[in-house]
Amino acid sequence: MKALKRRTGQVLFALAVLALLIYTIFPFYIAIVTSLQGGEGSFYLPQDFDFGNYVSVFREQPFFLNILNSALVSFGTVAISLLIAVTASYALARVHFRGRTTLLLTVLGVSMFPQVAVLSGMFELVRLLGLYNNLGSLVLSYTVFSLPFSVWILTTFMRGIPKDLEEAAIVDGATPWQIITRIFMPVLWPALVTTGLLAFIGAWNEFMFAITFILSNEQRTVPVAISMISGGSQYEMPWGPIMAASVIVTVPLILLVLVFQRKIVEGLTAGAVKG
Amino acid sequence: MDISTVSGPQARTLPVSRSPRGAQQGKKTTGLSGFSRQRIRTAWLFLLPMILGLACVAGWPLLRTFYLGFTDSSLSNLDGANFIGFENYLVYDQGEWYGILADSLWWRAVGNTVYITLLSVSLETVLGVLVALILHAKFPGRGLVRAAILIPWAIPTVVSAKMWGWMLHDQYGVINDLLMSLHLISSPVAWTVNPDTVLGTIVAVDVWKTTPFMALLTLAALQMLPKDCYEAARVDGIHPIKVFFKVTLPLIKPALVVAVVFRMLDALRIFDLIYILTSNSEDTMSISIYARQQLIDFQQVGYGSAASTLVFLLVFGLTLGYIFATRLKFDGSGDH
Repeated sequence: MKALKRRTGQVLFALAVLALLIYTIFPFYIAIVTSLQGGEGSFYLPQDFDFGNYVSVFREQPFFLNILNSALVSFGTVAISLLIAVTASYALARVHFRGRTTLLLTVLGVSMFPQVAVLSGMFELVRLLGLYNNLGSLVLSYTVFSLPFSVWILTTFMRGIPKDLEEAAIVDGATPWQIITRIFMPVLWPALVTTGLLAFIGAWNEFMFAITFILSNEQRTVPVAISMISGGSQYEMPWGPIMAASVIVTVPLILLVLVFQRKIVEGLTAGAVKG
Repeated sequence: MDISTVSGPQARTLPVSRSPRGAQQGKKTTGLSGFSRQRIRTAWLFLLPMILGLACVAGWPLLRTFYLGFTDSSLSNLDGANFIGFENYLVYDQGEWYGILADSLWWRAVGNTVYITLLSVSLETVLGVLVALILHAKFPGRGLVRAAILIPWAIPTVVSAKMWGWMLHDQYGVINDLLMSLHLISSPVAWTVNPDTVLGTIVAVDVWKTTPFMALLTLAALQMLPKDCYEAARVDGIHPIKVFFKVTLPLIKPALVVAVVFRMLDALRIFDLIYILTSNSEDTMSISIYARQQLIDFQQVGYGSAASTLVFLLVFGLTLGYIFATRLKFDGSGDH
């Protein structure tokens, strides 16, 4: 009797896991099936393996350029925000000074801005700097939104590094810069990977600034490019190519998630669980 | 690296040329010694790029948005704007009220945003805790399942909106097909067009995309719980559901509250999903969409900036209200 009860429990649990998997994966499955379809309509099983939609994505618009733009903007954002965040978070985590908590809270506050609240001011700034319709405008605006959580996560990580390591270096006369580059960096690189990943995903996915600051097809990033794929009229959306483009953009992200799952989760929780 | 020499006893006697003042006499002296003063100066130097960057690219644009909200500036005439006080917000002219606060569309957008936020965040929290409980159990392939639920979170919102838009298509969509073959609906539903279903549809897609975030944060909290009280409950033969409500839930509540704050902030500024799924429909307009439409599509920078300012105030006000209501402490100085 007890064994039966346990057995039922296991089956129910397995069903729950299965339902969860179907819930998360099913849309991707449909997207892949649709992208391989020549004709109209949706099917549950691939009828034929036609890569025509994939070819047309690259032929109808500069999709390769769009991917390149997205990559450039994302890597640029990651590099700049990590560079600024490492020194800032060293100071915030390791040096006691007046106003430290206020500063940290202000930084956290910036990451909570609704993007639209800075849109008109940012638009002005972008035009002033001559960055309108230039990828630089996106690096600039994305860095502002990735910097705060980079600083927040790195500060959390740096607090965890034992003090002795740093004190030994100070006694030996190492400058703060040497402490960061020679002692902290080797210990810190997992945190850097985590932070970098989150900043990368954020920049890769951003839409509002990208659709506002960029005008020409050749300068567009991937999310905007996908949103712009359209047919003859509002009622004839080319779903095949749209799904093909969606699959192309999703594959690298799936790989990132599979490889760095643990790191991403670490970053997400380091940013939020404390407090 | 020459740090290793410190550990040797002879290190103390060696002349250290690069040594900061005061380090030799023991750096733990009270008050602000020359050393710690220098250290603080260096700290500010290290903070300078961040502070300058945030001040110029976040603080300044925010202030400009506030200011532009008090002008009649337009996209074609950004410089020659006149200061018009609160006219963008509310003005009484020849027996009629004008301005954002008198615009029924704005209030509709506020209603939509609050509705979507409340429904979406509560559903996500419940679902997220359920998913976290599943992932907290040990079973073969757990790592893969955990990676799988991260994927909806990682993909661009534009992509998830397009995928769901296709699945919810009134003629060719999978959802209608499935529901009709299950005899749950008798004729196809235009999920993203019908005013009765569209807000619910947006919430459903948002829940699909953001439940992983809640689940993973909850899972992290679950993994930090002490194991012994569960042992005790098991020995006493207390029902698992009772254990969950009496032990687990109160213990993970602080983490849940923080996760809800993050999600709330996100949901209140919802833009991409609605923009792609239902474009400019008034039925689904959120406050972010309203403000951006005034700013960019209608080119009324002054009016749009005023709306943006209201978005900012609304999001901050609601969040602060929630933080105070739950007595959440954001303590920046907390140590591990």
